Amino acid sequence: MTEPAIHARQLSRHFGEVIAVDRIDLDIPRGEIYGFLGPNGSGKTTTIRALCGLLTPTAGEVRVLGREIPAQAEEVRRRIGYMTQKFSLYEDLTVEENMRFLGSIQGLSRRACRQRMDTLIKEYDLGELRRRRAGMMSGGQRQRLALAAATLHEPELVFLDEPTSAVDPENRRDFWEKLFDLVERGTTILVSTHYMDEAERCHRLAILEHGRLRADGTPAALMAQLDGRVVEIDGDDLRQVKAAALALPEVRSAAQQGLHLRVLLRAGVDDPVALLRQRLDGRGLDICLARPSLEDVFVDATRPEDAA
Amino acid sequence: MSALTRIGSVTGKEFRQLSRDRLSLGMVVMLPLIQLLLFGYAINTMVRDIPIGVVDLSGSAAGRVITEQVRVTQVVDIVAHYSTAAQAEADIVAGRIRAALVLPENLTQRVAAGDTVGQWLVDGSDTMVGSALLGLRQMPLHLEAGAPPGAYSAQPPSFEVALFFNPERRSQVNIVPGLTAVILTMTMILFTSVALVRERERGNMELLITTPIRPLELMVGKLVPYVFVGLLQITIILGIGWGVFGVAFHGDLFNLIVVTLAFIGASLTLGLLISTQAQTQMQAMQMTVFVLLPSILLSGFMFPYDAMPVAAQYIAEALPATHFMRLIRGVYLRDAQLAQLTPDLLWLLGFTVIMLAVATARFHKSLD
Repeated sequence: MTEPAIHARQLSRHFGEVIAVDRIDLDIPRGEIYGFLGPNGSGKTTTIRALCGLLTPTAGEVRVLGREIPAQAEEVRRRIGYMTQKFSLYEDLTVEENMRFLGSIQGLSRRACRQRMDTLIKEYDLGELRRRRAGMMSGGQRQRLALAAATLHEPELVFLDEPTSAVDPENRRDFWEKLFDLVERGTTILVSTHYMDEAERCHRLAILEHGRLRADGTPAALMAQLDGRVVEIDGDDLRQVKAAALALPEVRSAAQQGLHLRVLLRAGVDDPVALLRQRLDGRGLDICLARPSLEDVFVDATRPEDAA
Repeated sequence: MSALTRIGSVTGKEFRQLSRDRLSLGMVVMLPLIQLLLFGYAINTMVRDIPIGVVDLSGSAAGRVITEQVRVTQVVDIVAHYSTAAQAEADIVAGRIRAALVLPENLTQRVAAGDTVGQWLVDGSDTMVGSALLGLRQMPLHLEAGAPPGAYSAQPPSFEVALFFNPERRSQVNIVPGLTAVILTMTMILFTSVALVRERERGNMELLITTPIRPLELMVGKLVPYVFVGLLQITIILGIGWGVFGVAFHGDLFNLIVVTLAFIGASLTLGLLISTQAQTQMQAMQMTVFVLLPSILLSGFMFPYDAMPVAAQYIAEALPATHFMRLIRGVYLRDAQLAQLTPDLLWLLGFTVIMLAVATARFHKSLD
């Protein structure tokens, strides 16, 4: 178990002129949930596909579960599970039929498959849907089926590509509980998302943008890096205050959150509160330091350095 | 072993999906039915029930026998009897009848002497009608037979004795077995050409290729259900051909199944190759039509192979349907044995193996 689940060096994938993934380094330890956080088009799906062996990297080296990808991809097929972004089971087959089909394709014996199916159907609350065709199910139900199907053969490593994009908040919560159940049994999970709250649940995460890896680490460590750089301002005319703050060279970004204005400063400002008090003087503002959030991390990581 | 299991599960899955796809299922059954009725009834080169008149000047028993024999051919429908040839001619000009059979006064003596027994007066303005009646000239009368000559134009032949119910003269006999080639080409290629593309379009492929399944297993598993579909279709076509059109099966059932399977294999694997090339289901269908049209026109189904220009014959030789057309007509109508049909049979089997190999090689388990 010394070898990490996923190891990538300088992984790149180009589509013609477009660079979808740009020299990414990854070290994903086993038994954790690793998150890819990034906007649409940031290269999350392409990276996952390259790690699964579905896309040949243009350059770089990839090892998944100790095997070279894509050369030895077939050897790890049985040890990985993949839940695609778009629902990819058969809509004209029922829950049972889909699972039985995948089980047999994955090489499970009839008996082992039946046992796994019963376990998963109970675990993912699909009992009443056994004979329901996938095409007739809701987004949350499909997502549970897709996860059950991806873990049917008890893979060591599961890739989940934006698994919760078509699901309501409550189902998302339940879904994440299932993921932690899986991790407890030793599974490694790589999940991509564009939700901050989901990213925060990961043991570790990478922030991707334009195919580049902008930051990675545990959520706590990433947020701790911003300690002393996030300031909350209360007061009147916050729209004007925001405009004034953004005009300052030391300010990285400013966004209103309800009654507060949340300001992120560039690194290297010694006393942000004092600085802002001085610069935004005369407006009767209440300014204090705030605890950095993952959104601050995301904003700091993805905004181009030269923009305000 | 696990390879067979995986092929089996792909096949089972494909069967289930097919059984739930009402449109495709309808096509499996309706396509042969509609085509058979279209080609069997509507596109019928055999003319029937031509309205004619009879001028029997002899009034003899021989005259009644000849008239009756002409009537039972069903080529003509006797709508009038006249006492003079002039009356019949007037009705031909007026368009009431298309032809008249004139039997002379001395008919009995002529029959005995082996002379021509009578004369057909034919409206030659419709060539199809004309040639149908010209065919009657050669009808063997169950008398001692002399010839009825001398339409307005044609010169009088002597009577020849040949079987009137010559199978080759009835178009359905040619069309029914030939239609199996057209319908199998259509459905087999269409279904398989769409098969892989559909999985790609619906996103199933992305999941499938992350599993340990091998390309060949996936291909074969997907083909197997359509072998049964093909056998079902050929049963429908030949069953109706026999029941409704009376095209009797003169051959050996085993031979029939062997040549049919060879052709089904060739068509399915050709469809598979299209499937690996096409990006969308629409493209797959367009490519299918591209193969289908020459298969209908050049395979010998519509026009005789021997009558085609050499260039067209080369194209025809490249189509599985052409080879099957020869096989099925041979096995079905002439009771030809496989040993006599080896070249075409081997061609189809070779084609199947090559197509399957190429399709498998072209299919990569990746999204590149």
